[in-house]
Amino acid sequence: MPDPRAALPQAQDQPSSAAFTLGDRVRVRAVDPEHHTRVPRYVRGQLGEIVHSHGAAPLPDDRARGIEPPRVETVHVVRFAARDLWGVGDHTVAVDLWESYLEPC
Amino acid sequence: MSHAEGGNSESHADLPVAARVRRLEERVVAAGLTTDADLDAYLTKFLERASPMNGARLVARAWTDPAFRERMLADGNSAAAELGVGSADPARQGFQLRVVENTATVHNVVVCTLCSCYPLALLGPSPSWYKSHAYRARVVREPRVVLAEFGLELPEELEIAVWDSNSEARYMVLPRRPDGTADLDDEALTRLVTREGLIGTALV
Repeated sequence: MPDPRAALPQAQDQPSSAAFTLGDRVRVRAVDPEHHTRVPRYVRGQLGEIVHSHGAAPLPDDRARGIEPPRVETVHVVRFAARDLWGVGDHTVAVDLWESYLEPC
Repeated sequence: MSHAEGGNSESHADLPVAARVRRLEERVVAAGLTTDADLDAYLTKFLERASPMNGARLVARAWTDPAFRERMLADGNSAAAELGVGSADPARQGFQLRVVENTATVHNVVVCTLCSCYPLALLGPSPSWYKSHAYRARVVREPRVVLAEFGLELPEELEIAVWDSNSEARYMVLPRRPDGTADLDDEALTRLVTREGLIGTALV
């Protein structure tokens, strides 16, 4: 079990090209970094499916920390089942997530 | 309209980023690069153009032109540029536009749980409830209940898809064309489309 307070992958750990594609099942990294991040708490550690990709954008975590240049990564739209997130509900919730926020599963 | 770093406050004016923007304004004005009047004029001009009429025109055209609908669902920015209500280049537009389509089986609704992101240029200034903690926290958990409170009671079998605008992309809902509108032209159809219909908290 990884330490949930572990940091997100850092620049040197990153693959340079898009690691995930449409239809992939992914898990959101269960991280709790001390800096700004765009991983909403309600999807941390959750399993979802990539339903669309927006293209590349600078990683907010790097921009907020003034890291120049920020990593530029594909932003994936990941869809989750409400039942997985909240224990109840028959709807889906889709969240835009940068590649660093995801791991294969 | 955009994500503030670490922002989670009800009032955007209190956020650290707001203080930084005010300080930056003071500096560029003091340096003689612009004036308060110029900044105000720019904002006024932007807000005059920012209207739900823009989103409504996209929807009306998608209802009457299936090829345009296909193009809009594939690339919202290019579709907006075609009708002269946006730029094909997401960098110039300020966001990547993603249009999600209501169908016989799926109803879409848009939120930004982090703050209040929203395609302002196409929908006009956002309603105050869109920025409220209550809407942002509840619509991802119990959208059927929230929509019912807006007066929108959806049949049980209709799936609800919630889109949380967590990145620089902005979402707009393509509502279903109402029955009995077959003889209406684009202009008349445009008048039927509301801001709430484009967010997904109402039907058209």
